[in-house]
Amino acid sequence: MSASTHSSVLKHHFDNLEQQHSAEKLGMWMFLVTEVLFFSGLFVAYTVYRHFYPAEFAFASSHLVLWIAGVNTALLITSSLTMTLAIRAAQLGKRSDLMRWLVVSFALGAGFMGFKAFEYYTDIHEQFVPGSMFQTEYARAVEHVAHHSAAAGDHGGIQHWAIELAENNKGKDPNSEGYIFPERVQLFLCFYYIMTGIHGIHIIAGLGCIVWLMLLTKCDKIPPQRYATVEIVSLYWHLVDMIWLFLMPLLYLVGTGVKGH
Amino acid sequence: MSTAYAEPQTIAPVPPEPEAPPRNYLNNGYGILSWLLTVDHKRIGILYLVSLTAFFTVGGIAAGLVRLNLLSPDGAILTEDQYNRMFTAHGVVMLFLFLIPSIPAVMGNFFIPMMIGAKDLAFPKLNLASWYVFMIGAGFMVWAVLAGGIDTGWTLYPPYSSRFSHTNVTPGAFGAFITGFSSIMTGLNIMATIHKMRAPGMTWGRMPLFCWALYATSFIQLLGTPVVAITLVLLMVERVAGVGVFDPAMGGDPLLFQHLFWFYSHPAVYIMIVPGMGVISEIITCFSRKNIFGYKAVAWSSVGIAVVGFLVWSHHMFVAGISYYSALLFSFLTMLVAVPSAIKVFNWTATLYRGSITFQAPMLFTLAFLVLFTVGGVTGLFLATLGTDIHLHDTYFVVAHFHFVMVGGMVLAYMAAIHFWWPKMTGRMYSDFWSRASATVIFVGFFLTFVPQFVLGYHGMPRRYPNYPAEFQVYNILSTAGASILGLGYLMPGIYLTLSLFFGEKAPANPWSATGLEWASPSPPHVFNFEFVPVVKCGPYEYSLNVDQLGRTLPEPPGPMAPNTLKETNGVG
Repeated sequence: MSASTHSSVLKHHFDNLEQQHSAEKLGMWMFLVTEVLFFSGLFVAYTVYRHFYPAEFAFASSHLVLWIAGVNTALLITSSLTMTLAIRAAQLGKRSDLMRWLVVSFALGAGFMGFKAFEYYTDIHEQFVPGSMFQTEYARAVEHVAHHSAAAGDHGGIQHWAIELAENNKGKDPNSEGYIFPERVQLFLCFYYIMTGIHGIHIIAGLGCIVWLMLLTKCDKIPPQRYATVEIVSLYWHLVDMIWLFLMPLLYLVGTGVKGH
Repeated sequence: MSTAYAEPQTIAPVPPEPEAPPRNYLNNGYGILSWLLTVDHKRIGILYLVSLTAFFTVGGIAAGLVRLNLLSPDGAILTEDQYNRMFTAHGVVMLFLFLIPSIPAVMGNFFIPMMIGAKDLAFPKLNLASWYVFMIGAGFMVWAVLAGGIDTGWTLYPPYSSRFSHTNVTPGAFGAFITGFSSIMTGLNIMATIHKMRAPGMTWGRMPLFCWALYATSFIQLLGTPVVAITLVLLMVERVAGVGVFDPAMGGDPLLFQHLFWFYSHPAVYIMIVPGMGVISEIITCFSRKNIFGYKAVAWSSVGIAVVGFLVWSHHMFVAGISYYSALLFSFLTMLVAVPSAIKVFNWTATLYRGSITFQAPMLFTLAFLVLFTVGGVTGLFLATLGTDIHLHDTYFVVAHFHFVMVGGMVLAYMAAIHFWWPKMTGRMYSDFWSRASATVIFVGFFLTFVPQFVLGYHGMPRRYPNYPAEFQVYNILSTAGASILGLGYLMPGIYLTLSLFFGEKAPANPWSATGLEWASPSPPHVFNFEFVPVVKCGPYEYSLNVDQLGRTLPEPPGPMAPNTLKETNGVG
């Protein structure tokens, strides 16, 4: 194991702390490169289909809950700030400050996940999930729209998006202008769930790392010369934050120019 | 005697054989836990070596069954379903569980820190974790191919793999997803180590070419593997959830999967071959007693392959419906990637020119590599050419080309590496006669297996078909006969190398009189590789000055009839 022969912070196979820190930082940066490439596959696939099916993507996007995404963006950006303040506290050896900023960062990240869970709950409640939920709801809406005029206020409990989609497609041939393919709306939803889901897993991993830092801080294992540990976690946390800054417009804002909410 | 100013290096006495330390990495702790919990890069290399040998055997048995079945035009031993599962098992196990980790995980782990004069890799715990991650992923994959199998081919193209195959695609893909992380961990570790852990005096220009090759490999592993990981996630989601982004019924595009898949899987063949090229540079200089011809060209061509290798993936889709102009561009780029490979081959050949060549087993494997890799590389150009590819696509010509590069190239380089570094890893010499015999048998068996497949492919036999017209039978029988010889050739090292562990003569520190830093440590090495901080004074291949990288005079190289061979009395020789 890393039995320390020199001091409690220098690992045996490094010559000095500087070498150790720079190796650790380089390792984390390279890991971040792999993370960027990991999401880039999704971004490429998204871009291809958005280029193929702009109307469907805009329609589906405009039915996501924008205010939750806005709140979540604010939470994540703030948590990046508090993580950076945590590095500063670690560098200065202020243990209680370090602990406080870590707790705040954790709370903001956990808040993100809380809102995200609530959003998923809303989406599922609205049957806005690709597969049988979507298809059943859309079939009901088509049935409903065929027998009722558009002006009728009562939709018989059928979800708003389904009625809107059915009314848009009413009497239209799939080849005609303005027809929105329900299958392709589901394609967007696949991206929505997969991208936010994988991002959420990354947030959870980041939260785990912050808990680990809190435990280290509690046991006084992060002396000032070892502040790089906090910095390395913060690099990861910033990346996850940054990926959200790309997901947010791609998923929630591509439909804002279109009629909808 | 001449005075000190005339070539001082050559008259310096050969340093005395370093005393075998009482504690080396092998006897520093016994018992299974001392291996399973080790963070020593050398022991982790050995863990990989043992696991990869097992997976190579599994993949080899699957290949043997495929070849046996092709003895008869109607399928000799397997049903058609079994045949599909068997060639998929062969592909999946050999590629993901043998070729991709092979040299980086075994030789890279073991020798990169030693060659650059470090005590360990930069992240020893991550290194051990990579082995566990690999074994977990391999567990899923082996379970998937043994318990029912996968029938999609290793490429897992949807929509067949996503909607229609009723086999173990999901656990297989999950296994590949997991082993990908192990590959990333190894690559990341090696790259960080080369950047940050080099000994004093070990400049980039003095680094052995094996390190350059593994640096380039790690670059591909870091940039490519995550893309296939996300692609496999999308595939698994589609299988499990029933909806997904490659489903044509939803407007999804299966060709997109092929793009994403090959964006990794084409560079992955460079993950497999570039480390082999690094090994060849080490061995060919040592056994020609010459400096490498064109150090910079060989070093940068590795990087060139890594970069250009990312720009050629669509040549796997020339007949899959990509645009004509895109195909033209990718055809051109594919030809371009042949340039750095050719640079290497020419430089190796120039290194051989007027060298004092001896023919020990590592050198025989290396020379076989040169021949077979060149054939494999040149036939690749036939496939890169749009017109000929339409004729040859998805035929046995592709199979033969791929195996010339991957088996004739990579597996032989792996064998060369094992034979070159075996004395260092184990502290024992193996049988000189039997190792040379094995190299010869493997070369002959290989040639007989795959040359008929070029003919078969040219005449139109498609790959992955269990049945074929009767006039193709003679070539298939030749190929299967060759495969049997090849199998025998692989069995031989298994026997004599194992016997050498018990009966082999003790290896000196530098049995081949090689220049690398790894030979400055005793055989087997110390726990922390060196008892002193190595200070590098010389370039990597100063065979003409007869000095190693520490500037010390080299011992007498072993002649053609090397004295340090296995004794006749041990029952092997």
